[in-house]
Amino acid sequence: MSASALARLELNRSLTIGFAITSIMLATALLSFLWTPYDVTKLVVADRTQAPSLAHLFGTDHLGRDILSMVMVGARNSIAVALVAVGIGAGLGVPLGLWAAAKGGWVDEVIARGSDLVFAFPALLSAIMITAILGPGAVNAIIAIGIFNIPVFARVARAGALSIWPREFILAARAAGKGLARISLEHVLPNIFSLILVQLSIQFALAILAEAALSYLGLGAQPPLPSWGRMLFDAQTRMAVAPWMAIFPGTAIALTVLGLNLLGDGLNDALDPRRRRA
Amino acid sequence: MGAFLARRLLVALLTLLLASLVVFAVLEVLPGDPARLMLGMNASPEALAALREQMGLEQPLLTRYLAWTSGLLSFDLGRSYTYSVPVSALVLERLSVSLPLALASLTLSTLIAIPVGIFAASRRGATGDTLSMGLAQVGVAIPNFWFALLLVYLFAVWLRWVPAGGFPGWGAGVWPAMKALILPTLALALPQAAILARVTRAALIDALDQDYIRTARAKGVSRSSVLWRHALRNAMIPVATIMGLQFAFLLAGTVVVENVFYLPGLGRLIFQAITQRDLIVVESVVMLLVASVILINLLVDLSYALIDPRQRVA
Repeated sequence: MSASALARLELNRSLTIGFAITSIMLATALLSFLWTPYDVTKLVVADRTQAPSLAHLFGTDHLGRDILSMVMVGARNSIAVALVAVGIGAGLGVPLGLWAAAKGGWVDEVIARGSDLVFAFPALLSAIMITAILGPGAVNAIIAIGIFNIPVFARVARAGALSIWPREFILAARAAGKGLARISLEHVLPNIFSLILVQLSIQFALAILAEAALSYLGLGAQPPLPSWGRMLFDAQTRMAVAPWMAIFPGTAIALTVLGLNLLGDGLNDALDPRRRRA
Repeated sequence: MGAFLARRLLVALLTLLLASLVVFAVLEVLPGDPARLMLGMNASPEALAALREQMGLEQPLLTRYLAWTSGLLSFDLGRSYTYSVPVSALVLERLSVSLPLALASLTLSTLIAIPVGIFAASRRGATGDTLSMGLAQVGVAIPNFWFALLLVYLFAVWLRWVPAGGFPGWGAGVWPAMKALILPTLALALPQAAILARVTRAALIDALDQDYIRTARAKGVSRSSVLWRHALRNAMIPVATIMGLQFAFLLAGTVVVENVFYLPGLGRLIFQAITQRDLIVVESVVMLLVASVILINLLVDLSYALIDPRQRVA
């Protein structure tokens, strides 16, 4: 990353706000491993559906559990599922995209048609189908979300790599006798890294939303482990008596996604060469 | 134009064929014995045998695949195991909820997004742009089912203007049915509008930065005329793409919002069929949805050619 890009990163408002929100959510998730105000597995029936107060800043749910503590542990769960799912998507998709661009011909055609095929399946519905066949749970949610991330990264990496291959330094590397794999790794990948970084933040945000939807439907992390989506499901029939049960987990999802989207926008502004010139 | 059409059509047909193989493989081959998957471990041998007979599981794979696909082509989708009615009747009944909902949401989201996108692009960097795009950014981040819950709380629980959920059916009268779809339409349309407004703004700004716009301005064409007559048409390609994707999403992916409002739509039908392991419904309806996504993508591709004549030779 050049010095001017670094300078732009510092000046970029979206990036600063996005980075701040994302860091806070990440810190909250990490903190939940060490400390939460209350134990989320302990049910205190006498304390059920209490409005927010000094003792329970976000109130309590229908089983008397502290919502702030549940939101904290839910953050850990959502972020972990999204992170691993997007990791799988990028880990398999980027090499596929690089390979398609390097080889061209039938390899490229097969990977492109394969991506089209995955895109033809409504993502959330297929994720529901996968978790229903494999059984509900965080690991299967990761697999379901991860599969749909693979073609996204393959497409981005392929498109980026195709614009790099005709460049002269690639020709020089080929003349020096380097193979396709080595050129892809040493010369193409570093040049499309910013593209992939931006896509990572976008997909991460989408994965948080997908995980929330799956766990709302009861197909994500299973009780007693709290998840943001499941908390919203529990809140649904209690909106009239305990609206805070829906307000806080929903705000946590929206804030995390907002932070990641701002981060993506900011990175895009800072790293896109077209905007750099402007 | 002929070659362009033929190529797009061929790709669509190929994708359709591959998709049918994937759906068949995932639901009929991977589980080993689909009848056992549907009935569970405690099913009696008689019940298993009867279901195997109904599903034609004794026949070779290829025969089953061909029977299923030819059934799909003639809209004979088999008989639902849990509802004991033809799947095609179930689909038509659920479509009477999902299709109006998808169309209303797409219309509302377009009516909001395109003016907002044009407004923001024409005031690039000004307060109006920052404010509207800030709101759009928040709209993109809000999960639609959470937004749906908040709408229920505000308009159904607190103000009591509309029902909190359920669908009386079109037989109960047009107004009661439409009333039941107001909140779901809002819940689906506003987050979609946020995405579409951002795309419209970005595409329009891209178009406004092109050389031909500078030429038109240099020739004395007014700012508004350049925006409406030159830039907007060129900006419509990405906008049409996103609208196509959104329509496909609205048709199939509304399962979570349908659950919030207890709407008997297509998404909820599949979700319930999956949880009840009614594979006959799942495989046919998933395939129909995949086919509609492929068809919508094909129509979007063809609309490029209408919007931009250069695409016809591409």
